[in-house]
Amino acid sequence: MRTIRVQTVDFDIEAEVGALTRGRADIGAVVTFTGLCRDEDGRLAALELEHYPGMAEAEIARVAAEAEARWPLLGLTVVHRSGRLEPGEQIVLVATASRHREAAFEAAAFLMDYLKTRAPFWKKEHLADGSCGEWVAAKGEDDAAAERWAAPASAGSGRTSSAEVATFSRRREKAAAKRPDEGQTGPS
Amino acid sequence: MKALYFAWVRERIGRTEEALTPPNTVRTVSDLIAWLAGRGEEYAYAFENPRIIRTAIDRAHVKHDAPIAGAREIAFFPPMTGG
Repeated sequence: MRTIRVQTVDFDIEAEVGALTRGRADIGAVVTFTGLCRDEDGRLAALELEHYPGMAEAEIARVAAEAEARWPLLGLTVVHRSGRLEPGEQIVLVATASRHREAAFEAAAFLMDYLKTRAPFWKKEHLADGSCGEWVAAKGEDDAAAERWAAPASAGSGRTSSAEVATFSRRREKAAAKRPDEGQTGPS
Repeated sequence: MKALYFAWVRERIGRTEEALTPPNTVRTVSDLIAWLAGRGEEYAYAFENPRIIRTAIDRAHVKHDAPIAGAREIAFFPPMTGG
């Protein structure tokens, strides 16, 4: 079961997990990740989330299909909100269900890393002093986090080898030196 | 083709979408960005650093060397910051 939604209203984590597991006896693990709006030490009054309707859902579906191909998932849910969100509010939910925890953990991390760099959403800051802040700049560390999945997955076992971890560390340093905000013509 | 602009690209250009009819010499995304940048101050500002501009054709990411022939919808936006 795959559920993908972009919405302005809040989501209910329990309800979403319930929809994944209801009536099933084969699922042994559910992992949820929830992203929240931070106030950045009191600096922010809100974040404005803009998205590309149609493409946002399509791109999340492409990322979901990759996750389903790499890990033995029994269910997957992604809910991403748009519009004005205040500190403390939920922004994004990723939930993955599998027979065993490793696939669910790894697929959830993969989905989040890829969503951040590929799903067409943009955050604009609204500052606590009432003024309109800047658009949030993309972070090199987000690209590095997504890049670590580029190495072929050991699908099934779902384990990351130490060699892959080492590659990830080196890429992360390289990406951090290269950014912020340029050096790429496209994420794909 | 229909062009869509998002986030600060949209703000700099001052519109969310428009119909474009580029000349035949404009073949790739790169060509289109260069052509758009020559349309006026607001476009020059939006595309002042083409390397950081991301593009999607018909709702899928493409690189700047992608051909635009047959594109119905082409979108320009900054690197993504969702999640």
